[in-house]
Amino acid sequence: MSANTTTTADGQAPAKQGVSLPQPAAATSNAKIMRTAGVILLAIGIAAPFLSGNFLIFQLTMMMIYAIAILGLNILTGINGQFSLGHGAFYAVGAYTAAIMMDQFGIGYLWTLPVAGIICFVVGFLFGLPALRLEGVYLALATFALAVVTPQLFKLSPFEHWTSGVMGIVISKPDAPFGLPLNPDQWLYFLTFAIGLLAYVCARNLVGSRTGRALMAIRDNPIAAGSMGVNTPLFKSLAFGVSALYTGVAGALGAIVVQYISPDSFTFTLSVALVVGLVVGGVGWLPGALFGGAFIMFVPNIAEELSKGLSGAVYGLIMILMMYAIPTGLGGLLKAALTALSKRSMNR
Amino acid sequence: MELLAQQLITGIATGGIYACMALAVVMIYQAIHHLNFAQGEMAMFSTFIAWQMLAWGVPYWLVIPLTVVVSFAGGVAIERLVIRPLGDAPVLSHIVVFIGLFAIINSLAGFIWDFTIKPFPSPFGEGSQFGGLISNHQIGMIAVTMTVLVMLFLFFQYTRVGLAMRAAAENPASARLVGIRVGWMIALGWGMAAAIGAVAGILIAPIVFLEPNMMLSILLYGFAGAVLGGLTSPTGAVFGGFMVGIIENLAGTYIPEIGGELKLPIALFLIVTVLVFKPTGLFGRTVVQRV
Repeated sequence: MSANTTTTADGQAPAKQGVSLPQPAAATSNAKIMRTAGVILLAIGIAAPFLSGNFLIFQLTMMMIYAIAILGLNILTGINGQFSLGHGAFYAVGAYTAAIMMDQFGIGYLWTLPVAGIICFVVGFLFGLPALRLEGVYLALATFALAVVTPQLFKLSPFEHWTSGVMGIVISKPDAPFGLPLNPDQWLYFLTFAIGLLAYVCARNLVGSRTGRALMAIRDNPIAAGSMGVNTPLFKSLAFGVSALYTGVAGALGAIVVQYISPDSFTFTLSVALVVGLVVGGVGWLPGALFGGAFIMFVPNIAEELSKGLSGAVYGLIMILMMYAIPTGLGGLLKAALTALSKRSMNR
Repeated sequence: MELLAQQLITGIATGGIYACMALAVVMIYQAIHHLNFAQGEMAMFSTFIAWQMLAWGVPYWLVIPLTVVVSFAGGVAIERLVIRPLGDAPVLSHIVVFIGLFAIINSLAGFIWDFTIKPFPSPFGEGSQFGGLISNHQIGMIAVTMTVLVMLFLFFQYTRVGLAMRAAAENPASARLVGIRVGWMIALGWGMAAAIGAVAGILIAPIVFLEPNMMLSILLYGFAGAVLGGLTSPTGAVFGGFMVGIIENLAGTYIPEIGGELKLPIALFLIVTVLVFKPTGLFGRTVVQRV
């Protein structure tokens, strides 16, 4: 989550354009900048809950939760090249898994996270199978339909015994364990922080691994990837599964932090927000997820402050203007800035 | 038997609305190869404009053409001001811009006319024909959608501008070479899509009631219709829209588990099934790609 090391995309830059000689030196200086930025972010992240009020801590926690979900979406869209406008559905599945386990079976909240992840992995993998036949807009359309339908699916009467229908489920907030001197908000913040960090490291290693290269090869040229021996259908479904796993864990965390879920917490606005966060943060740039999470958490509030009645319109306007100004998101902007910077230091 | 007939007619009537939405979606898809996720909100806004004019006491026969003209201008303006500057930006940027448009239009409508649910009078009055088998509004819906569809067919098949629009969608480079102003043809497509959406909105508003979020499910059914018929075929989209209307009503009536609450998931089911088994839809043509 925090940008404590170089991203894969940056790390690969010298390999791709290995013609010019000074490039590796530039890449190291970039790496240095990124590492410094990561350490600063990490320090801010650890200090923040001691310096801010409980509501801000809650907001920061939600921001990181969104970032985890966006990270999952980034693996699917940015790394594997498949669109999804319906990730709110996986978020909802994760949230409901956690809530039902805690509410019906009285299982501890920490155990719900891996279970939510596994269930979402299976659901995502299964949804990925029909999605294999869909590309581009068609996949966007099918997942958009999934996003619109999600709240209705959770209202269905056959599941009402589990989901409590429209009423929703109330969850109690867990206290800090081992007598740690933290209030519940701070504890949940650090829990989310740790899981987010773990999720980021896993995602980075996944992208840097053989599997990650296969996923990127499929994104760049599925036919060539297939002829190189990559099992395209398997990896595409796997990408869907892993992506859903991330989003599901985020959903479970979200349910615990918000302490209440109902079908209408997961309207298509949520799915749409995740996509917006992904694009704003930068498609394919993993640390961008944090910025995306910040955008979808705080910009609507800023919009509300600018104009109460027209907050939606202001938010929409900011989105559109962002797309005009930086079509590749913050990640693309940063990359361009770093390239310019290293070029200048080389000329000196 | 009477229930079946009644449900069929209801299906055809609402199917006409879905057909209009599907057609609007397909027109824009053919022009810019992107799905307009804000199509439903545009139609909703047009419907509010019509409601406002009715509230000011403008007679109904004048309200409809006025709304259509205003919507047409609005559609052209959106294309010129918002979509055109995007150019060849990646698909996801387009999607975000459509989402932004969605938020802006939705919030504007809520700001101007607030989010309370408003009844919308039918232009065809209350009452029904053939012993309650079909309401006047349903007859009107079917008649109006049919008229719109036939007029569009004639426009595309027999007028110069219609031919130019088809050429611009089919092959923009060649169309430009023979002197067609492709950019304006795309804007025209947006205008017409907005106008068709306005008609659909006015016709469906007496049934679903008027509020800023009324078109989301209608748009989803429209998408389902467009996919069923094929995103590359306007005729297919119209056919698909009617099919979706009929399937929705029959499934809601005869499959007890579905009932009213599951009607929306039918759209999802239809979209996924059609895309998995026949990705080009029933009438779409296969796009062959060179490696």
